[in-house]
Amino acid sequence: MFSFCTDPDTLDTGRWLACYLTTGRHLNFYAAFGTVLILLAITAPSALAFGFAGASAARSGFAPLRWLGKGYIAIVRGVPDIAFFLFFVIALDQGLEYLRHVTLCPNWEEPIRQGANFLVCPEAKLPLSSAPQWVHEGYGFALAVLTFAIVFGAFAANVLFGAMQAVPRAQIETAEAYGMTRRQTFRRIVVPQMWVYALPGLGNLWMVLIKATPLLFLLGVEDIVYWARELGAAKTPRFSDYPHPDWRMWYFLALLIFYLAFTRVSEVVIARLSDRLSHGQATAAGEALRKARA
Amino acid sequence: MKLILASTILAMTATAALADGHATTIRMGTEGAYPPYNFINDAGNVDGFEIELGNELCARAELTCEWVTNEWDSIIPNLTSGNYDTIMAGMSITDERDEVIDFTQNYFPPADSAYVGLSEDADIMGVIAAQTNTIQAGYVAEQGATLLEYATYDETIAAVRNGEADAVFADRDALVPTVEESAGELVFVGEGVPLGGGVGMGLRESDTELKETFDAIISEMKEDGTLNALIVKWFGEGAATYE
Repeated sequence: MFSFCTDPDTLDTGRWLACYLTTGRHLNFYAAFGTVLILLAITAPSALAFGFAGASAARSGFAPLRWLGKGYIAIVRGVPDIAFFLFFVIALDQGLEYLRHVTLCPNWEEPIRQGANFLVCPEAKLPLSSAPQWVHEGYGFALAVLTFAIVFGAFAANVLFGAMQAVPRAQIETAEAYGMTRRQTFRRIVVPQMWVYALPGLGNLWMVLIKATPLLFLLGVEDIVYWARELGAAKTPRFSDYPHPDWRMWYFLALLIFYLAFTRVSEVVIARLSDRLSHGQATAAGEALRKARA
Repeated sequence: MKLILASTILAMTATAALADGHATTIRMGTEGAYPPYNFINDAGNVDGFEIELGNELCARAELTCEWVTNEWDSIIPNLTSGNYDTIMAGMSITDERDEVIDFTQNYFPPADSAYVGLSEDADIMGVIAAQTNTIQAGYVAEQGATLLEYATYDETIAAVRNGEADAVFADRDALVPTVEESAGELVFVGEGVPLGGGVGMGLRESDTELKETFDAIISEMKEDGTLNALIVKWFGEGAATYE
């Protein structure tokens, strides 16, 4: 990185650290923080969308849709995350490959399942083995986002379902008295008012989601925990210009600080959001705000 | 979300169309945490004996190869499910593995495994650290010592250093640099134990053609001495080489 980095053995501590912390390996580590943040930025809205759809379905007057919504919430919430992560992703990947196989290679005669192997024709591979590495990584990342969204969507659905039920009955009655349809009541009255009830639950989920990002490693995405372990491992002079003993403790300490800082910032933001949503609400928080103003 | 997935699939179909005219790409799986066989270098790229050998094999076979790192523990399942096409990860050829995947002939001769501890009288029947799913882990369990399994080689060494284990049992050639650089902290304990049928490249059982290609080139490299030269380069003069 820097011009003085050619012979790290001769450097003083400060310069040595400057060189050490800017090796290609470390840049990968820093990029992994970006991966985690991007994952969160995409997953949180997607999970909320899944949750909203799930909760709306679970409240639906149309029975099959209601069963679908309730079934989704019950099944995903009931299966351990880690089992879901290991099973669902493989099943989804193989399912997509199978569909492509059937459409792209109708003349393929060999069985797909051969003992432990799952072999589709080369054209049906997802991603294709000739695809560049970034496509493989992007695909793995997309699968990770989808899995996270489905898992956290189920929890969000339950939170939103509860929040929708918590909107005071009097509000809905009034809407009905004004002649609003069921759909109008839902859109104009229930949805805008439910957020204040949903926020504590959603805030919790957000915190859990932040802490669940190391599960990325299970899905083959090289995340910050992978790199912390790899970089912290003892390095011998034969294979590295920057030999050091086992420094995993320091790397994991850095992760600890990162996660604590991140969750702390989230707490502050959620508290502000909660204040804003409580304005004019017929809840204790809304009442407290009203009194503080007066 | 669906949009992302859809666009990813779209991107893939697009790359499929582009890639049709090119030679096939072989995806080479490795662990990246077992020096000198394979490791991540300072620049953040895979490096080591197997990487150099693999690149040479691909060059001679006129194949385009791409390296992929994968955790050791799931390295075989991800081969069989098609995430990559070969494994070059210091994997010893054993009958058990041969039932699930195929191996080329060995590219690293059968070598000793060894115990390393903090002192020469460390109890090798006590608590022994070994990497999970290795022949060494199997051997320790057979011997009746208490086996302590870790996901990576480095963690097994750390376990000895911090006293969790009495000794570590691993490939001697991986241990040599670790012991030499430890400034006397770590020492070999007892005699080496010959284990396994050498290190070979793992492939899916259905990929017979690819296996024959690589087999032929490994034979060629054994005969012209380039393989021995690579072994000496990465493992030092004392390493076992081919006749």
